[in-house]
Amino acid sequence: MSAVAGTHAQDQHHGPARGFSRWLLTTNHKDIGTMYLIFSFTMFLIGGSMAMVIRAELFQPGLQIVQPEFFNQMTTMHGLLMVFGAVMPAFVGLANWMIPLMIGAPDMALPRMNNWSFWLLPCAFLILLSTLFMSGGGPNFGWTFYAPLSTTYGPPSTTFFIFAIHIAGVSSIMGAINVIATVLNMRAPGMTLMKMPMFVWTWLITAFLLIAVMPVLAGVLTMMLMDINFGTSFFNAAGGGDPVLFQHVFWFFGHPEVYIMILPAFGAISQIIPTFARKKLFGYSSMVYAVGAIALLSFLVWAHHMFTVGVPVAGQLFFMYATLLIAVPTGVKVFNWVATMFRGSLTFETPMLFAIAFVILFSIGGFSGLMLAIAPADFQYHDTYFVVGHFHYVLVPGAIFGIFASAYYWLPKWTGRMYDETLGKTHFWLSFIGMNLAFFPMHFLGLAGMPRRIPDYALQFADFNMVSSIGAFMFGSTQLLFLFIVVKCARSGEKAPARPWEGAEGLEWEIPSPAPYHTFTTPPDVK
Amino acid sequence: MAEKPVNKSAAPRSNVRVIGWCLGSVAGMFAFGFALVPLYDVFCDITGINGKTSGRYESTEISAADMDRTIKVQFLAQNGPGMPWIFRPVDRSVEVHPGEPTTINFYAENPTGLDMVGQAVPSLSPSEGTLYFHKTECFCFNQQPLAAGQNTEMPLVFIVDPDLPDYITKLTLSYTLYDQGEPQAALKNTTINDNG
Repeated sequence: MSAVAGTHAQDQHHGPARGFSRWLLTTNHKDIGTMYLIFSFTMFLIGGSMAMVIRAELFQPGLQIVQPEFFNQMTTMHGLLMVFGAVMPAFVGLANWMIPLMIGAPDMALPRMNNWSFWLLPCAFLILLSTLFMSGGGPNFGWTFYAPLSTTYGPPSTTFFIFAIHIAGVSSIMGAINVIATVLNMRAPGMTLMKMPMFVWTWLITAFLLIAVMPVLAGVLTMMLMDINFGTSFFNAAGGGDPVLFQHVFWFFGHPEVYIMILPAFGAISQIIPTFARKKLFGYSSMVYAVGAIALLSFLVWAHHMFTVGVPVAGQLFFMYATLLIAVPTGVKVFNWVATMFRGSLTFETPMLFAIAFVILFSIGGFSGLMLAIAPADFQYHDTYFVVGHFHYVLVPGAIFGIFASAYYWLPKWTGRMYDETLGKTHFWLSFIGMNLAFFPMHFLGLAGMPRRIPDYALQFADFNMVSSIGAFMFGSTQLLFLFIVVKCARSGEKAPARPWEGAEGLEWEIPSPAPYHTFTTPPDVK
Repeated sequence: MAEKPVNKSAAPRSNVRVIGWCLGSVAGMFAFGFALVPLYDVFCDITGINGKTSGRYESTEISAADMDRTIKVQFLAQNGPGMPWIFRPVDRSVEVHPGEPTTINFYAENPTGLDMVGQAVPSLSPSEGTLYFHKTECFCFNQQPLAAGQNTEMPLVFIVDPDLPDYITKLTLSYTLYDQGEPQAALKNTTINDNG
């Protein structure tokens, strides 16, 4: 506990600066983590309100509220904001807050770069959001921005879109380098790699994925930029290019990207379930190897997103089997989570509720993923609402519930106060019901043939769409309750002890709550 | 950060080295993204997937025509976006024996009041047949300039390879004609096949 004693003395003459410059200039991992989380929640609300526009338009058949052109901008911006603005920064925020505390480091390895990588994000997303007010409107070609839809036929603002995503990508790469340097160089003595908490492991692997694929995204964006502005023909058939090439390069980035959005959630869930089951995580080393295997396999499956473009049979078979293979390490993880809970002394506080919902609902999303992976079946499902249902089942109860579970789990450590358990459980149940109401009917709609990205639909899809919209409104408005819970917790929650959860283990619980501004200035002893 | 970590177990590692490795990987993967462009073309060329037919075929040996098999070859022609030309095959389909060279013509007419240049891009389906469809002469090898109101017939000479897999009995060759803008001075003087 010498780390804590040292902290108090230092706090008095080296606390945070006052006012806005504290946040603008800070290099403190806790400040930056907080800013990432606030930024991410802001983007979540903005992207979420776009989803509300989408669902309001789809509440009934016919065009009621928005024009198709604006509807397309809403679907595109919703996807972009949620992927690059909400989910990825939320995990970077969690990494900033928790990785130094979990490995007993005083801060991230590269604090100055950490500040820079955060402040790039508001710039990127201000540019992206400003495109909505430009002539011709914002990006309207779907978050996958397939060429030539985004090059030849894109709105004039596409160049701003490219610039914004470039900046967000640079920010992600810097964040990833920071995580790698921190985890490799800053671990407390005795903290060997195989003693690291699962959250740190999953983030280390995620950081390697980011380093590997974000530059490929930058490459494909640069090719688009050149096609639009400099007369090249990477994706233009008239000039000898190939639009299908775009899809290959994009999905070479895009598929590892979906694991970037889920692996840190795997890690957080692996912290939370043992705490509330009061048992050690079952099969720690198999969990580590499973995450590694998922990360490696994610590079070999990209073409399962494009079975219908005319991939030869041999290619379809390869990508189909490689995709099905990912179910094996994922199954290992789900098995281990269930085995951790098996015969544990379970209690069901809000983080645990989100974690259990994660395991169940993510598995449903995984199974619909297996259906989509089967090439001949995919020809029916491709570009229908079944796909929308599938990826919302892996991203909402996967990534988003993982982030909520982490937020409730570590809020006492961040704020020094407990959140309101009743309100937390209300938030969980409303989110759980709303989310299932919103996304489960989408599977039926897709199987019945309703295509994605349309503002109007045939009459036979009306009932399920109305159910889906009601669920979406419920899920969306419930997130304002989360904002209220966090504000209430930070202002007037009960004081939290250093270890607010009975079964919690790890270095982050050895320091007081709230975590002092400087922690582990002398490294702790790791048993 | 200023104070040295009291690291007893592991030798302290340098952040600079880690950053160096990471930035190197970032640069490498950025380059790899661009390297995918030629790699993709080479891969398609070797495997023939994607229906991309290869360039001019120069046969080294004259193989006898396989008179026992008959392959139906169909032709499609369409215009790229914004292309105002009239573009169609003179014969919609032809039956050929593998190994025998066949010539067919495509008709193109520029009905506008402007001199224009077109470029045809071929695609063959089923893509498994791509490697067995050889073009010895094709208008798609060059750009096609047409003056205002001019029309032309553009020849295609092809050979279906006798090694074409047995299960393929029909091939469809599709051309898309793209607008390449106004002719440059050099191209203007080399107008070919002036029928108009």
